[in-house]
Amino acid sequence: MRRAVPLDALTALYHRRSGQTHLVTEPVPAILAALAHGPATLAELVVRLELQGLVADTDTPARLRERLDELETIGLVWRL
Amino acid sequence: MRQHCTLKIGPRIFRIGSDWAAPVRQLRALYADYPMPDDLIAHFTVRLEAARWWRHFLRPSVHINGDHMLPGALPLPLAQGLLAAEMGMNLQLALGERHFLLLHAASAERNGKVLILTGESGSGKSTLAALLGEHGWRLLGDEFVLIDPTTGHAWPFPRPVSLKNASIAVLDAIVPPARFGPLLTGTPKGDIRHLVPNAAALSGMDSPAAPALILFPRFGVPRDVRTMGISEVFIRLTQASTNYVALGEAGFGALTRLVTATPARAIDYPDTMTGLALVEELWSALA
Amino acid sequence: MSAAARLLAALLADPGRVAQVRTEQWPMLLTIARAERLAGTLALRLDGLKLPASVQAALDAARTEAQHNRTTALWESEMARRALGDLGLPVILLKGTAYAAAGLTAGQGRQIGDLDILVPRDRLDTVEAALLKAGWEWVKPDAYDDLYYRRWMHELPPLIHTERDRMIDVHHTILPLTARPKPDAAALIAAAVPLRDGLFALSPTDMVIHAAAHLIADGELDGGMRNLWDIDRLVREFGVNDSHFFTILEVMAQRHGLSAATTRALRLAHALYATPLAAPFRARLSQTDRLFLARILARDCWGRGMNKPFRLGFYIRAHLIRMPLPLLLRHLWIKWRRMG
Repeated sequence: MRRAVPLDALTALYHRRSGQTHLVTEPVPAILAALAHGPATLAELVVRLELQGLVADTDTPARLRERLDELETIGLVWRL
Repeated sequence: MRQHCTLKIGPRIFRIGSDWAAPVRQLRALYADYPMPDDLIAHFTVRLEAARWWRHFLRPSVHINGDHMLPGALPLPLAQGLLAAEMGMNLQLALGERHFLLLHAASAERNGKVLILTGESGSGKSTLAALLGEHGWRLLGDEFVLIDPTTGHAWPFPRPVSLKNASIAVLDAIVPPARFGPLLTGTPKGDIRHLVPNAAALSGMDSPAAPALILFPRFGVPRDVRTMGISEVFIRLTQASTNYVALGEAGFGALTRLVTATPARAIDYPDTMTGLALVEELWSALA
Repeated sequence: MSAAARLLAALLADPGRVAQVRTEQWPMLLTIARAERLAGTLALRLDGLKLPASVQAALDAARTEAQHNRTTALWESEMARRALGDLGLPVILLKGTAYAAAGLTAGQGRQIGDLDILVPRDRLDTVEAALLKAGWEWVKPDAYDDLYYRRWMHELPPLIHTERDRMIDVHHTILPLTARPKPDAAALIAAAVPLRDGLFALSPTDMVIHAAAHLIADGELDGGMRNLWDIDRLVREFGVNDSHFFTILEVMAQRHGLSAATTRALRLAHALYATPLAAPFRARLSQTDRLFLARILARDCWGRGMNKPFRLGFYIRAHLIRMPLPLLLRHLWIKWRRMG
């Protein structure tokens, strides 16, 4: 569905379904990896990220919400 | 169309048709030393057309059309028909190419490795590449470099270098007059004169090579060299490509491979000779 | 009429003829295929056949282009689905996007332009509001055009997505309100068939009728070769194994007031691509049919439209059909004044 190539601080992401390229920074690759296991609420997402040790102290639920909104705008995640 | 010719430039063949004889005659003269196309089937068609039949004769102006069109492109006066033909070829490649990743860049090869110079108009990349081509490098092209997604190699596209304004004199001092096209004055970019690449560049136009260094030159500012993050290089090259998006995943693969495998520097230089020395210096440091 | 355009049609209909194409015919074939937006289709039709290397390279490029086109078109329809999916109304994909989304052969290699959707007329306001909320905006905020569209056209003024730069045309019927035929939009919507993701497509017969209307009643015959190709593929896909197809087609075309357009389009498709037709649609070409065909094939081996006065004639005709004359004059007059 996606192809990711780490460049430096940023990761280049090719989204096959839209044909679009995105340059993203953590925690976005972690969020996408966590959601690849299936849909989740915000709370479930936090748990998944913590289980994988992928959540930084600065990634508060409020900040994760902001990232999710941005990802929704570009179509990488969507609400059920 | 009554007047036409077929030209091969690197791996691409162009069929150019014209409502007038002059542009085709000038093209034939400019491309006289190019290898004959090895195939009758052109990749791209360029048409130089009069808007109305009577405009063949009265205030003739050349509309640049072809397989792929850019709406709203302005016509040129017939006296600049040669420039129109060159612009037409650029346009077809820029809009229509779907195999090679196109980068708006000049490039040259030495010891089997390719230097890519990319920057906006006025960065001096054409002049630098033309000079390198006269100083032991093989000129690959001054306008487009073609990256093959299957190999990662850079293909030559050695069209005549379009020298502008002051750089015409710089090359005129060291290149025999026979390799120059006519001086075109009063074009949208000022004076333009085409320089035919030398024999090494033309005979090597079917030989690609691996990129080894990417430079982003800036002309007319104090000498400086800056390293660049890979993602910055990536972003700037997507902006320098006319078909990155259209190639889809193949373009993504080609570009990420290029930027992760090839060192890049931004270079500032006050004048052409300093620029040339800086390029040679950075190139030597690679080995 | 252009022999090269005829050759392209013959090759599309019968790819086996590729062995008879002479080398010097290929450049013009490729050029005409590009001009008619059929290069991707040609690439897929000739897939796997023995071709000169440079022809193969050109067709590979066309296939890449078609693939990219398909990806962006389907993504655009997916984004429209996300924006409109919860409104409780059917969103019906039209034309190229519908063919691609439904997996029809008509969609294979086809170039797809803007996203065209059909929604119930009484829900236009809801759809408009949802699209504006999801990032689409008006292409030109011009009161006159706006009013013109809303009063006389079969669609909202075009919207463009701010991020993705892609246009959406929201239709509530398939012909302008000023056109003489009055398609039964409610019947189109009632007969629409669901696609797997919650979006809809027109019924098979309505797809053919829409393509015919687009070609003959609504358009300027530009892109006629491709339009007839769509019709040929649709008829072959739906008509060959379904004995009722042509019967329903006849009834529905009449119901939408598009019998003449549909029967003519089918005759032309048969003439160009040997489209298999059932009895009521089989007929000899009339003198007017031949003119249509000549106009559709008017492209020289450099890809240029031929016979300019002839083309102009059809241009005026297209406007006459779309709008009663006084309205056309009013429209042009306002346009001229604004330019002056």
